[in-house]
Amino acid sequence: MAEKIRSREITPENLYLNRRNFIRAGVFAGSTLATAGVYKLINPPPPKEVETAPIENVVASTESVAGDELTSLENITNYNNFYEFSTRKTAVARAAEDFVTEPWSISVEGAAGKPRVFGMDEILKFTQEERIYRLRCVEGWSMVIPWVGFPLRTLLNKVEPLSSAKYVAFQTFYDGANPKVSGVKLPQGANSMQSSFGAGIEFPYVEGLRIDEAMHPLAIVATGLYGKRLPNQNGAPVRLVVPWKYGFKSIKSIVRIRLTETEPPTTWNIAAPGEYGFYSNVNPEVAHPRWSQANERRIGEIGMRKTLMFNGYADEVASLYSGMDLRKNF
Amino acid sequence: MNDAKNDAKFYKILIFVNSAVPLALLGWDAYFGRLGANPIEYFLRTTGVLTLVFLLLSLLITPLRKIFGWNQLIRYRRMIGLFAFFYGAVHLMTYSVFDKSFRIGAIVDDVWERPFIAFGMAAFIMLIPLAVTSTNGMIKRLGGKNWQRLHRLAYLAGIAGVVHFFMIQKSDYFYPVIFGVVLVVLLGYRLAKSKFAAQKLSGQIR
Repeated sequence: MAEKIRSREITPENLYLNRRNFIRAGVFAGSTLATAGVYKLINPPPPKEVETAPIENVVASTESVAGDELTSLENITNYNNFYEFSTRKTAVARAAEDFVTEPWSISVEGAAGKPRVFGMDEILKFTQEERIYRLRCVEGWSMVIPWVGFPLRTLLNKVEPLSSAKYVAFQTFYDGANPKVSGVKLPQGANSMQSSFGAGIEFPYVEGLRIDEAMHPLAIVATGLYGKRLPNQNGAPVRLVVPWKYGFKSIKSIVRIRLTETEPPTTWNIAAPGEYGFYSNVNPEVAHPRWSQANERRIGEIGMRKTLMFNGYADEVASLYSGMDLRKNF
Repeated sequence: MNDAKNDAKFYKILIFVNSAVPLALLGWDAYFGRLGANPIEYFLRTTGVLTLVFLLLSLLITPLRKIFGWNQLIRYRRMIGLFAFFYGAVHLMTYSVFDKSFRIGAIVDDVWERPFIAFGMAAFIMLIPLAVTSTNGMIKRLGGKNWQRLHRLAYLAGIAGVVHFFMIQKSDYFYPVIFGVVLVVLLGYRLAKSKFAAQKLSGQIR
């Protein structure tokens, strides 16, 4: 038999409803906060400011593009493809924060009369020019960047390439799964790079150019941007910039340059040979197998603009490819 | 006072507000220019991911009901499905306006030439009849069986949506794989269930 509940033991209705409303308000606030939290996880983090050392005695270059508005330093330094650190462009700046780039040296080796290692101080002794170039990413966006650097051929000529040298291979520093990148004494990276498995491409990252491309005056070794040393996320302390090719050809944080007799392997070509060729010249007429390359979004702009043949450097570089089928040699 | 009815209303509001929170935050960040260097790309990616999230949530309702007996969840499925449709529509509009300058010809060409666009478009088109027939009146008009059959399009839309997500990736498939695994589990559950039901049925007949 159930015990009789005395009426004074029953919770008054108004109190019962109050407690109910209180719980509901809690559930409401808690769940919306949790949802907002999940959203914030995928939200781009606020941009990170960078401060690097200025580069002395930078001279202006006649090779710069005129007329295009420069992309802001904030956007250049917070929207990066540097897969060793993160595959999220907005996350690279923070992921690369602890990357130690001192001391640094580059081995320039292979089919050369005087192969040797260049310390960073030597690299910075070459006449540093400001080169304002368009950068077109294979993903369909572009920037205009005031690089600081010097022609790649200036460096290559120092080691006296042999006539048998037909190509130049480049390699990015990597301290992840395979710390022994080369015989070069490497800087102590903070082991902040991720594995090939996480990035979906093989590391260390490698790239290559044909020797005549490498010797072209527009191809530069960059040491800075906006008059200052390169921020980590942009490929500190020294990178390649080949403005008429898709951005991934402009390899970052270089530790090795090798003159070779045969075409060297390149990372994106290894990852997807049908999508990324050795040449990878900017070409609005040859679509990526999955998306069009006819247009691009300039960072800082809302609409799209037409992509230019060889990224607008056709007058300077088209002759390098005369007689070549650019659909086959994409 | 009817507590159960009151509860259902409360949960409906709760789910509605939670479903709208990402939109509010996206709008807020867009207004203050906090979507990063490439706001259009960010907006596109986020609305696309939200579409898939809500589509998968809507497909989660039936397994939860069957496994845990949480039958009252059915009350909220329509709203979740409509949010999937809504985020999908915003996603498509963003692409049409900002990537294609609303040139219909360019969009049609894109669908024709780019399989990943075709998959995305197919997924969205499949959601249209589902949204249109989501009202009580339409359920009645179609009849429960027909309505249910039509709404199995959600499975196909889910598959097309996840394939669309896979195909735009360059090399890092982490998120598409997660969505793919969840989808396989949700659809696999239904497949296993229907096989089991068919076996039971044929057993009864014999």
